[in-house]
Amino acid sequence: MCRRAHVLGLDQVVKLSSTMHAMKVVVCVKQIPDPADPGALDPETRTLKRDVKLILDESDSYGVEMALQLVEAAGEGEVTLVSMAPNNERSGLATALAMGAASATLVSDPALVGTDALTTAKILAATIKDQGADLVIAGSESSDGYTGTVPEQIAAVLDLPSVTAAKSVEVDGSNILVKRQTDAGYDSIICPMPAVISVTAGVVEPRYPSFKGIMAAKSKPVEEKLAADLGFEEDQVGWSGSGQEIVEVAEAPTREAGDIIEDDGEAHVKIVEFLESLKVI
Amino acid sequence: MSTPLGPKAENARDFLATDSLLSEEEIMLRDTVRRYVDKEILPEVGAWFDEGVFPHKEVAKTIGDMGLLGMHLEGYGCAGSSAMMYGLACAELEAGDSGLRSFVSVQGSLAMFPIWAYGSEEHKQEWLPPMAAGDAIGCFGLTEPDSGSDPSSMRTNAKQQPNGDWLLNGTKMWITNGSIADVAVVWARADEGIRGFVVPTNIEGFSAPKIERKVSLRASVTSELILDNVRLPADAVLPGVASMRGPLSCLNEARFGILFGVVGAARACYEAALNYANERIQFGGPISRFQLTQQRLVDFMTAVQQGTLLSYHLGRLKDQGELGPAQVSFGKRQNTRMAIEVAREARSVLGANGITTEYPVIRHMNNLESVYTYEGTNEIHTLIMGQAITGHSAFA
Repeated sequence: MCRRAHVLGLDQVVKLSSTMHAMKVVVCVKQIPDPADPGALDPETRTLKRDVKLILDESDSYGVEMALQLVEAAGEGEVTLVSMAPNNERSGLATALAMGAASATLVSDPALVGTDALTTAKILAATIKDQGADLVIAGSESSDGYTGTVPEQIAAVLDLPSVTAAKSVEVDGSNILVKRQTDAGYDSIICPMPAVISVTAGVVEPRYPSFKGIMAAKSKPVEEKLAADLGFEEDQVGWSGSGQEIVEVAEAPTREAGDIIEDDGEAHVKIVEFLESLKVI
Repeated sequence: MSTPLGPKAENARDFLATDSLLSEEEIMLRDTVRRYVDKEILPEVGAWFDEGVFPHKEVAKTIGDMGLLGMHLEGYGCAGSSAMMYGLACAELEAGDSGLRSFVSVQGSLAMFPIWAYGSEEHKQEWLPPMAAGDAIGCFGLTEPDSGSDPSSMRTNAKQQPNGDWLLNGTKMWITNGSIADVAVVWARADEGIRGFVVPTNIEGFSAPKIERKVSLRASVTSELILDNVRLPADAVLPGVASMRGPLSCLNEARFGILFGVVGAARACYEAALNYANERIQFGGPISRFQLTQQRLVDFMTAVQQGTLLSYHLGRLKDQGELGPAQVSFGKRQNTRMAIEVAREARSVLGANGITTEYPVIRHMNNLESVYTYEGTNEIHTLIMGQAITGHSAFA
């Protein structure tokens, strides 16, 4: 039975007890090719080539920052990282460790090449489940694959409440209060811990790793695991375990020239009509 | 891995794979500062330059949190990094703007360093932690209106009073951070020699009017310091030094940051020219396909890579404790000259667009005119090196 998160009505937003306890936050981080030099798609597998230097996905740096702030607010606790990456790649993890995370688990296994989003979630969930986390934080979607499903899939696999698109998170006793971004504004949500939260990019200002953080990162533990260590058979992961296939890759259409509205005294009407057609007003 | 000489962007940036000379931590620090500059400085600095402003409070706080202020000093809240790391940070900051690197050089090498090296325990306790955090800003008063390359001719004087107090009088000129400083390290002539003083800038008799009408280092505060019967307690003097060795050792630290920093400015100009040449279409194709343009781009790239290698070599020597002042002069003179030449030529690759602050090149070019002159002019460094190889001093 999945415990449910509740959307609070306005009258239900009440001051709850604010007892602090040590927070253990696990953050899922993806290491991706640098978007400034993204490399290319593999024509055979139609996936992004990942044999270049990887960096911490910027969208995950928001999750790391939010986790660090929650632990700082709690006064004690720690942030740990989980990541799945090819070739034992750690440079993105090193950035998050330099920001202040305490340790990391890295699942890196040639058998994982071709793993889809659901299996990724299962693998990450398997690394998270015994960590005793109060919270699991992930970016809403990665900046390379953009499936945008992994955080919710992790929650489902772990049978934990899932709160998406968090713009702020506060701990209140054994609950968290989350503001969830919506088209109209935000929902106020109360949710028991442990829970899985996905954070929207841009909601906090990720800190830059400090010199001391960078020097400390090297000695922080990074535990490496294979799929088999987590109980997965070879046919459950990688291409063979994937329930989806990329059948075609097409060039993005080139941008077309925009419409120019000449102001003959009625431009404002046309602009309003245009904005209405986009349903932004 | 890509082939070293394949047509890849990373080869354009680091043709000789100089990253292979750096440790993982050094690359990470370099990349962190680069990311900060890309995200928070480059989108703004053209406008700061246009308007002649430098938002020192925000900048000081962020780079203080990153540990970049007085970063190569040990203890008292300072990061305690290697000289190499300090240099790498300077290069990235100056790829943003020489004014930004100047701010950090003055804070760390000129204001914090003398307090750290020659100050009393009380000076260190009072000033170094807030300066490292970016909560207090420092400046360094050596140059005077009539005393530039010949600092020992300074007129600013310090007279000790019968009760032990010091009375300072004089004027300092071209002082980076002067008007925004909380503390000034001021060098003055006393009976026993040149002494350094820790001067809180809110003290009576001290004023620091800003120098306006600059066309170089506009995103940096440059000031005059006026000391009009400034009365300081006996313990305001830096106890550790009583000669020109004091200020010259500070300059040596700052020059070390410059020899790295200017390579960043040159790299920024080269990359701006390369990107522009690849995108600018004339006669039916990008101008980077013309031999004349390619020669320039290759010259820039070669100069920047040579400057990088020079800076890394001097950085390693400094960390081994084997870098002499004349070798610092080699680096400051050569790399600054290199950077200003790259900036001027890169400006012309950008054609008419090169004269606007929409592009970074003319801003760097103008800034580098100051860098060429300050912290020992090109000529003074030539004479330091001339003396080092001939044994003859040609200063006077």
